[in-house]
Amino acid sequence: MSDLTLLRPAPGPRPRSRATEATVVTGRCLRLTRRDVDAVLMALSLPVMMMLLFVYLFGGAIATGTRYVTYVVPGVLLLCVGFGAASTAVSVAKDLAGGVIDRFRAMDVHPAAVVNGQVVASLARNAVATVLVMLVAVAIGFRPHAGPGAWLGATGVLALCVLALSWLAATFGVLTRSPDAANGFTFFLSFVTYPSSAFVPVATMPGWLQGFARNQPVTHVIETMRALLLGHPVGDHAAWAVGWSLGVTGVCVIVSSLLFRRRFG
Amino acid sequence: MAYTMMRMAYTVMRMTYTEPAVEVHGLVKRYGDVAVLDGVDLSVARGTVFALLGPNGAGKTTTVNILATLTRADGGTARVAGHDVTSQRRDVRRRIGLTGQFVAVDGQQTGRENLVMAARLCGFGRAEAARRADALLERLDLVEAARRRVSTYSGGMRRRIDVAAGLLGEPEVLFLDEPTTGLDPRSRQQAWDVIGGLADAGTTVVLTTQYLEEADRLAGHIAVLDGGRVVAEGSAAELKARVGERRLDLRLAGPTAYDTVLARLGPRAARADRDGLLLGVPTDGTAAHVRAVLDEVDPGREAVASFVLHTPTLDDAFLALTGRETASTHPREASRV
Repeated sequence: MSDLTLLRPAPGPRPRSRATEATVVTGRCLRLTRRDVDAVLMALSLPVMMMLLFVYLFGGAIATGTRYVTYVVPGVLLLCVGFGAASTAVSVAKDLAGGVIDRFRAMDVHPAAVVNGQVVASLARNAVATVLVMLVAVAIGFRPHAGPGAWLGATGVLALCVLALSWLAATFGVLTRSPDAANGFTFFLSFVTYPSSAFVPVATMPGWLQGFARNQPVTHVIETMRALLLGHPVGDHAAWAVGWSLGVTGVCVIVSSLLFRRRFG
Repeated sequence: MAYTMMRMAYTVMRMTYTEPAVEVHGLVKRYGDVAVLDGVDLSVARGTVFALLGPNGAGKTTTVNILATLTRADGGTARVAGHDVTSQRRDVRRRIGLTGQFVAVDGQQTGRENLVMAARLCGFGRAEAARRADALLERLDLVEAARRRVSTYSGGMRRRIDVAAGLLGEPEVLFLDEPTTGLDPRSRQQAWDVIGGLADAGTTVVLTTQYLEEADRLAGHIAVLDGGRVVAEGSAAELKARVGERRLDLRLAGPTAYDTVLARLGPRAARADRDGLLLGVPTDGTAAHVRAVLDEVDPGREAVASFVLHTPTLDDAFLALTGRETASTHPREASRV
């Protein structure tokens, strides 16, 4: 085919499915997240450093009834995914502030494909980070007592939680108009992990904080994982954890698409 | 084979089908109390290159964004490639390409990855998308950089990749918003060659520019946009003709010479600048006429120190039409009117 034929207007538009669109855009987001070396290093090193910090510096002073490393691993995993998911806010905000979104819109790519792609990239990023953190945890003495079913359950609960956090972050990314503001969200989201049972038993907190710490979603996710990994009874934490994750995901999917419509018409 | 036949049938159809590629009536866009577009009318014939020329803030980008369905108008109608930009947005989107003011390719993807992605989003299968991306890379002289990340590209290369991405869907109408702003002369020349090639291939191109030279060079038809209105429209030659004919500008040796020559010229002086010692005389630009004028007004051959033959440029037209100077590449030339 000659140059000119290539550039000549084609006979009308070609059909394209939303599925192809989602695949292509998601492929792009995965490629970009893999190549963002700073972000990858940060997402991998921060949780590992936090774990070493808690286990070797603070851990000796915190009485949990078990070895501290046993207690803290689920909390560190959640801190890790919270941090990893929160960066979705920055990726989404960057995509929406740049020229790329205009090109996508002019090509009739559904806006949800971009947000969706970033959420999938977040899931992939967090899967890698979680495996790494788990390996380090085992290396410094974490000994889970879980059968295949429990592992699967813990992985599922964590994955749902990552999905919810990623959508929450993505929604914030659509809401804010600057990547810098979106970056502030990262801080906020990692902070939510602290007033929970992640690092210290809730009973040691002041009374007014205990009610929140005991019932907030992060605690439910952590307690579910703790129970599954250590072979304790799960209680109703699992139902709450799954319910919260699905609920937050659902609300965020709807809110982000409404925000999108308001912002881009 | 079937594809080729469809293509031929389509070409024949296009030739007999005469609805303009872009048709705009009374377009209005307000941001708060400010009317960015205040009743814009445009018509772009199929297969032509059309330039929207205007200073910053004239409403060029707003117009393109409305035509490319990215922004909604507050009033008026616009049809692109035979479809309404508001009620038939999807139909329009599948027939246009857009290269906006800001580079819309990912710095962390290679040039080829960006193009393959765009081709896939245009509905081509994997193999076809790769083939088209490679063909376009070759055409735009980017083969060697194809597998490097775009973040390592020069401004000109980035712009070319960006234009290429807008082309992959083989759009009926291609919008280019300030395609050469910020490019060095060599890159600009390359961009012009590409845009010129598109026009030859039959794509309708709507471009915005602040550079008169660019509009003059590329576009068959130019609309001058100022303050949200079209203040003039026509070919480059027509716009230039509105400013008048050629002029012989004489620089005089001194104030005395100036007064003497001015007296000899009388009402013929089209321009008189005593401080600058400049006098302008209408001329047809032929050597014979210039020689005759010089002999007549300066028989002693001492009064006129030098002369310049002034041909009206689009800058002159622009200044005359908008009362404003442009971002010309030759600011001196523009300020001499």
